[in-house]
Amino acid sequence: MTVPLRPDILNDNSLTFAEKIISIRAEGGEKVHHPGEITVLPADMAMAQDSTGPLAIKVFGEMGVPKVWDPSRIHLVIDHTFPAADEKVANLHHLMRDFAKKHGVRLVEGSISHQHLLENHIVPGMVLFGADSHTCQAGAVGAFATGIGSSEMAAVWASGKLWVKVPESLKVNLTGQFKKGVYARDVISHFIGMVGEDGGNYRSIEWKGPAVKALSMASRACISNNSMECGCKLSVFEVDPATQEYFRSVNRKPMYEVHAGTKARYKDEYDIELDKLEPKVAEPGNVDKVKAVEEVEGTPIDEAFIGSSTNGRYEDLLVAAKVLKGHKINSGTRCIVTPASRLVFEQAIKEGLAEIFLQSGAVFTNATCGACVGTHLGVLGENEVCISSSPRNYVGRMGAITAKIYLSSPATAAASAIEGKIADPRRYL
Amino acid sequence: MTGPNILKGRTWVWPDDVNTDIIIPFRFKARTNDPVEMAKYCMYGFDPEFYKKVRPGDLFVAGKNFGGGSSREQAPVAIKYSNVVAVVAESFARIFYRNCFAIGLPALEVPGISKQVKQFDEIEVNLQDWSVKTRDGGAHPALKVPEFLRGLMLEGGLVEFYKKHKSFLWEKLEAVPA
Repeated sequence: MTVPLRPDILNDNSLTFAEKIISIRAEGGEKVHHPGEITVLPADMAMAQDSTGPLAIKVFGEMGVPKVWDPSRIHLVIDHTFPAADEKVANLHHLMRDFAKKHGVRLVEGSISHQHLLENHIVPGMVLFGADSHTCQAGAVGAFATGIGSSEMAAVWASGKLWVKVPESLKVNLTGQFKKGVYARDVISHFIGMVGEDGGNYRSIEWKGPAVKALSMASRACISNNSMECGCKLSVFEVDPATQEYFRSVNRKPMYEVHAGTKARYKDEYDIELDKLEPKVAEPGNVDKVKAVEEVEGTPIDEAFIGSSTNGRYEDLLVAAKVLKGHKINSGTRCIVTPASRLVFEQAIKEGLAEIFLQSGAVFTNATCGACVGTHLGVLGENEVCISSSPRNYVGRMGAITAKIYLSSPATAAASAIEGKIADPRRYL
Repeated sequence: MTGPNILKGRTWVWPDDVNTDIIIPFRFKARTNDPVEMAKYCMYGFDPEFYKKVRPGDLFVAGKNFGGGSSREQAPVAIKYSNVVAVVAESFARIFYRNCFAIGLPALEVPGISKQVKQFDEIEVNLQDWSVKTRDGGAHPALKVPEFLRGLMLEGGLVEFYKKHKSFLWEKLEAVPA
């Protein structure tokens, strides 16, 4: 796809990331788009997974569109319930395989979509529509990436484009350094606690400040991914030397490096000093009920889940292994470790993490969304309590509607698995 | 006054921050592609028996941030196939809101509405002038939506629109001002 070069817009000092990327990519536009305006964006990539894809396939059939716009840009990912937990799920997976075969689109099984795309396909400046709310993860490398539903995905498959509204932007200034036991997940939990579940609704969040350069790609992906829990449309880290180094190492070339202007207008600005953060835990029911770990320490748990698109990367598993090494999971507690991709799974085996998990008594599963979505590999029964590194603690999310889910970093979840109750990870680091 | 653009019915009143896991849990929607089946799990997180209690023509009124969380279109689909004819909320989560228009389920944003309506009150939703009339006769204009979106909803959503026009409306849509 040829994309127009618009140095005038890229260099405009008054525009946010969202204004710039939408303006340079918007169809037929020769103008700068400002918040609230609606325009049409051509997609570079479209992704659907096994809980949104089957409905999109059905809708695509109902529309009666004979073929997809560009099979090479369409990814179907079987990740949420992989491998199929039962016959009903298996039949929906078949629908995806059949569609992939018929239309020649890309099919991936057994890696979480966001992680798979980040590892293999996403580049800075691209436009990604994903039928999954956590698609915004790809903002971690400066892509325009946002979640949509199944019918809109079918329309993207048909036309290769979609309407978008230019969002207002929020700016978060990160300073300082992490203290022991505090991670990217604690930063984003803290932010969600600060702004609330809808504090980023319709907004583009820009993560800035001197502390960003020390954040790994995985940590940025965690923050961009979990930003969805305050409703955002985009959650962005601009390209910096670390991003450039990452793309050199994987041999992929950025489309655009979009940097917000220093005089860009933000709806709100926030400061987070990393030194002041402690391990955070969100209490059951709402993702914005965020407390310091001390406030909920000692709460008995039945299960600890370490994984998901938010926190199932290698660096997450490494921290969990560091906490679990030489310890046993509490006898009344299940601990489930689920990598986010096949690559993470292989690396965890190769580097000896799998052995640590197994020796501690944890269950180490294949790569999948797994327990996060309450359909296999760790479903909660009535009144059970879980601490989880996954993104959501909503009623019924991981199983019974009477079950309770606390959210935390992988380190806090791992420490809690050892004690059988919510525990401060700093004792184990 | 009734007509195709006036929806009159009994309301179910929901609180703030009703997320899509409450509207339809993953484990049910991941096992079916049939909207009628999805409707059996509508509002399961609050009341697994809801589908037995809802009546055709009922409406939803909710607090802020209705439909937060997952992108699952099965959430508005479950509501639509429960024969709930419109959702009125103080505000909607972004993807849920888009999904409503995409499937032709009227979604109106009316600040303050959840304090004006009690469970099972009769209200009237006017899709023409995009407003809500409460039991006491009070008229509450909904926040404006771009005309192309209201049109898409009135035509029944993306499938019906495409079947009729053989194009997607955004192919002609260049830019709508703020």
